[in-house]
Amino acid sequence: MNNILNHIGIENYIFLSVILFCIGVFGVLYRRNAIIVFMSIEIMLNAVNLLFVAFSTYHQDAQGQVFVFFSMAVAAAEVAVGLAILVSIFRNLGSITIDNLKNLKG
Amino acid sequence: MSTILIIFCVLSAVTLATAFLTIFSRNPIHSAIYLVICFFSIAGHYLLLNSQFLAIVHVIVYSGAIMILFLFTIMLMNLNEEKEVHRPRITRLGAIVSFCLICLILIAIFINSKPIVGEYVTTGEDYQSIKVLGKVLLNEYMVPFEFASILLLVAMIGTVLLSKKEKLQK
Repeated sequence: MNNILNHIGIENYIFLSVILFCIGVFGVLYRRNAIIVFMSIEIMLNAVNLLFVAFSTYHQDAQGQVFVFFSMAVAAAEVAVGLAILVSIFRNLGSITIDNLKNLKG
Repeated sequence: MSTILIIFCVLSAVTLATAFLTIFSRNPIHSAIYLVICFFSIAGHYLLLNSQFLAIVHVIVYSGAIMILFLFTIMLMNLNEEKEVHRPRITRLGAIVSFCLICLILIAIFINSKPIVGEYVTTGEDYQSIKVLGKVLLNEYMVPFEFASILLLVAMIGTVLLSKKEKLQK
């Protein structure tokens, strides 16, 4: 159990997190519900975290995992602020489809 | 195929399938539930990589805190699935095409970088127990650790200010 990457290989983790990241990008482009867009951003962050942990195991270095802790803290703060913004948008506009938010377009 | 590889394949299939279902399900609450399953399978990946502390923190932070926040926001907004109008077909087609292109390009890049990745060697040194993680976190990353607490404080204040009901301007 001490060398998991001998059984699986780092390439499989790379491919998994690449596909997961692309699913996140796809969700941002495909849906117009702002909450689902936020969930897709979470999926992207998780894909990157997974790759960090895989490479931390690969290099046998704890710093990758420490970085994942920081990115989790940033993700938690981002979600809290983002959802507060969504709630206030919903109060003002009555819906959270992101196509309504084009006041800056001019 | 070894047992670990089978576990990895099952976990990866669950992760990718629930991530797709998160995007494709019409009801936002169903999306949130699928995302919880996705996060749990990613915690399973962390356990497979032998980083137990990170797996537990991941379950607590993501599946606990963040998803509860999502679910409460969805329930606060009372979103119906009928309300959502779909994008025009050309936009969806563009999204699918760009998804395929990004996947193709990134996977091609990583396949070509395989000789650089090389072989994996173990030295048997302890590098991911809670003891080592705590030492690294509080010795080398002391200042970013404190800044993370400041970030969380600022985020909390900002959230309270943003979601406070505004009084009508007179």
